[in-house]
Amino acid sequence: MARGAFAVTPRWPGALTGALVLVLTLGTLAAVALRAQWDGGLSTADWAAIRFTVLQAVVSAGLSVLLAIPVSRALARRRFAGRQVLITLLGAPFLLPVIVAVLGLLSVFGRGGILNAGLGALGFAPLSVYGFHGVVLAHVFFNLPLATRLILQGWLAIPAERFRLAATLNAPVGRLLEWPMLRAVGPGVFLVVFLICLTSFAVALTLGGGPRATTVELAIYQALRFDFDLGRAALLACVQFSLCAGAAVVVWRITGQDAMGAGFDRVVQRWDRGRAIVDGLAIGLAAIFLLVPLGMIVLRGLPGLGDLPASVWIAAGRSIVVATISATLCVSMALSLALWGGRAVAVIGVLPLAASGLVVGTGAFLIVYPFVNPARLALPMTALVNATLALPFVLRSVAPAVAGIQTDFGRLGAALGLRGWAWLRIAVLPRIARPLGFGAGLAAALSMGDLGVIALFAGDAQETLPLAMYRLMGAYRMESAAAAGLLLLALSLLMFWICDRGGRVDADM
Amino acid sequence: MHNPLFLPAVAGLALCATGALAETPVLQVLTYDSFTSEWGPGPAVEAAFEAVCACDLQFVGAGDGAALLARLQLEGPSTDADIVLGLDTNLTHAARATGLFAPHDVDATLDLPVAWTDTTFLPFDWGYFAFVGNVGAAAPTSLQALAASDVKIVIQDPRSSTPGLGLLMWVKAAYGDAAASVWADLADNIVTVTPGWSEAYGLFLDGEADAVLSYTTSPAYHLIAEEDASKVAWGFDEGHYMQVEVAGKLAGTDQPALADQFMAFMVSDAFQGVIPTTNWMYPAATPSAGLPDGFDTLLTPQKALLFSPQDAAAVRDVAVDEWRAALSQ
Repeated sequence: MARGAFAVTPRWPGALTGALVLVLTLGTLAAVALRAQWDGGLSTADWAAIRFTVLQAVVSAGLSVLLAIPVSRALARRRFAGRQVLITLLGAPFLLPVIVAVLGLLSVFGRGGILNAGLGALGFAPLSVYGFHGVVLAHVFFNLPLATRLILQGWLAIPAERFRLAATLNAPVGRLLEWPMLRAVGPGVFLVVFLICLTSFAVALTLGGGPRATTVELAIYQALRFDFDLGRAALLACVQFSLCAGAAVVVWRITGQDAMGAGFDRVVQRWDRGRAIVDGLAIGLAAIFLLVPLGMIVLRGLPGLGDLPASVWIAAGRSIVVATISATLCVSMALSLALWGGRAVAVIGVLPLAASGLVVGTGAFLIVYPFVNPARLALPMTALVNATLALPFVLRSVAPAVAGIQTDFGRLGAALGLRGWAWLRIAVLPRIARPLGFGAGLAAALSMGDLGVIALFAGDAQETLPLAMYRLMGAYRMESAAAAGLLLLALSLLMFWICDRGGRVDADM
Repeated sequence: MHNPLFLPAVAGLALCATGALAETPVLQVLTYDSFTSEWGPGPAVEAAFEAVCACDLQFVGAGDGAALLARLQLEGPSTDADIVLGLDTNLTHAARATGLFAPHDVDATLDLPVAWTDTTFLPFDWGYFAFVGNVGAAAPTSLQALAASDVKIVIQDPRSSTPGLGLLMWVKAAYGDAAASVWADLADNIVTVTPGWSEAYGLFLDGEADAVLSYTTSPAYHLIAEEDASKVAWGFDEGHYMQVEVAGKLAGTDQPALADQFMAFMVSDAFQGVIPTTNWMYPAATPSAGLPDGFDTLLTPQKALLFSPQDAAAVRDVAVDEWRAALSQ
């Protein structure tokens, strides 16, 4: 956005990051495709998978964003005790490894869950969670918190001066301030959630109830693991990228632009409180929907926590180190891209979302294997790939803030001769501390819960916490696995909280 | 730490240690994840073999059986692995076709319910697939009775899980061309299909289904490790499909003698005795001490079903299509 005249920071860090992302997404795809023998195109089953994948992703993303609007609005304009804790906890589902979240969700909505126990006690027939609605339910559970947080940032980014002006003029806040913000932020949030749901596989299959719920990512898994058909895997990965590109183009066309004057970073004070009951309902329902399954995860995990094997604690320590490195890397990458600015950055920033984790892992393996034993690179690769996969989220949170600063203060900065590091330190960093902290927390927590790359690269000595948890499950030790899941939940939240808090030390959010 | 002699001394020790290690031959065994995990047979097998081989036995874990084969194919002939351990007979046809394996030269007496003549792949354990439910609940006595009942089961996807593929073979071996209609009848019994064994077993233990596709040996884990006798495997009249897990020596190994020694060791008591209570499967050659207490309580199927590797490879794609069509209705 603010290129040319206002480009006051060097471009090479952004270019370097861009190149790295391209190698890890398209480069790994090329590595897989080059090893493939091409035969045949897409089967009818593949087309059915593509249809299902797109349909569930559209519905899941649409619903997540629609529900997130009243929740984030309520959180933006209410102050109440425990609000901060609630906001942090609401983020938890998104940070959890799939299987932990699914088991938590099922202990509420499943056949043996508390919802059906309640219905049974009241004499109603049990509800089945498995099917298309189950997939959507799970995806909303995962993504409503993310959508809420991202839209909440949009809400909090509306300068206080505008609200004051609107209040003075007695102008409609909704039409003048909130709707333009939603036009600017909403489509991007929809895109992010859509792409997350697009590459879902374990959630869709487990809650979808059977092969009807086959996604493209599952077809890729099958091609890579069961058929060793690299050509098919590459073809399906291309399909996934095309779907992503199509969705991105549509979203960018309808995204509105923010064109009002700058503010002075005051805490938002609002005069339009609306009706408390509506906000209370929005927050209350979201909290019940998101927190009850989390509570079940805690309950399931507690019994085994006392006698968790020592190896699990060691794996937890290893995970914390990887997550810290990954978060640092991710934030640096996001910042360099955001400072670079422009549409190319927007493309690079969503590419990792469209990438199949399996293809990235396999491609990286193929690239690395001729030179180094992949097991030696297991942890660095995990940190790097996790940073790249978390990049879109962090960029989404940091880039608008940076672009806003370039637009609002770029001229002033140029006039004062603020360049490079000085510009970054004086003008940029203090203003983006909040999204930066949020982004770092997100990257750290996402890295904590990731199982993709480590499972492909790891030898014995590099077990991370999610891998340790899966190994416990694979060895029938479900109680210990549940305890490891609880530990993972607690550590992910803690890492997220520390970073998020760090970004808000002097802000009232 | 402040002793100026400390650092050089440590460095010297480290150098000596590296030198000593370099002379120890390394045998690398590519295997599935749960074999090499702390809870699997890996650690005990490693200790026992290293006590007799004067070598360093290294396990490399890679997902499940299918992922193992994919990993080997990714690495190709330049692989560092000397042995691949953990394929099953649904995978050995494709594994043999890679041309990476060499004959094993082991002549051992095996205790499998079926005759074993393969000279490339040598079994190390085996088991029967079975539905595992709770003691005292309604237990169907055949696949057909299960399909006719309203009992709820959870199974694994044959496209991503080896037990899932096992069930597919089970239905195909028992019903042949009628498999599709059996799947159509089973469709309303299936609560859901999970990507892997762990998810399915977890759902069953959480009460999401009356039974889960697993092994006849699964109740032994609960009985022996948890002193819990509440799980039971259902015996089915059609017979039970088997999983035979095998290992093979790679033709490109740089330690052929050591690899041969390991293959022979694999069917000896020291290895086989570890299997029942770590891998929770039947040892391929029953150790002289017999099976652990508790294994005598397990279901012994009347009839063992198993496709040859060629037949398994030939029917797989058709069977997956039938399965998908029947469950997508």
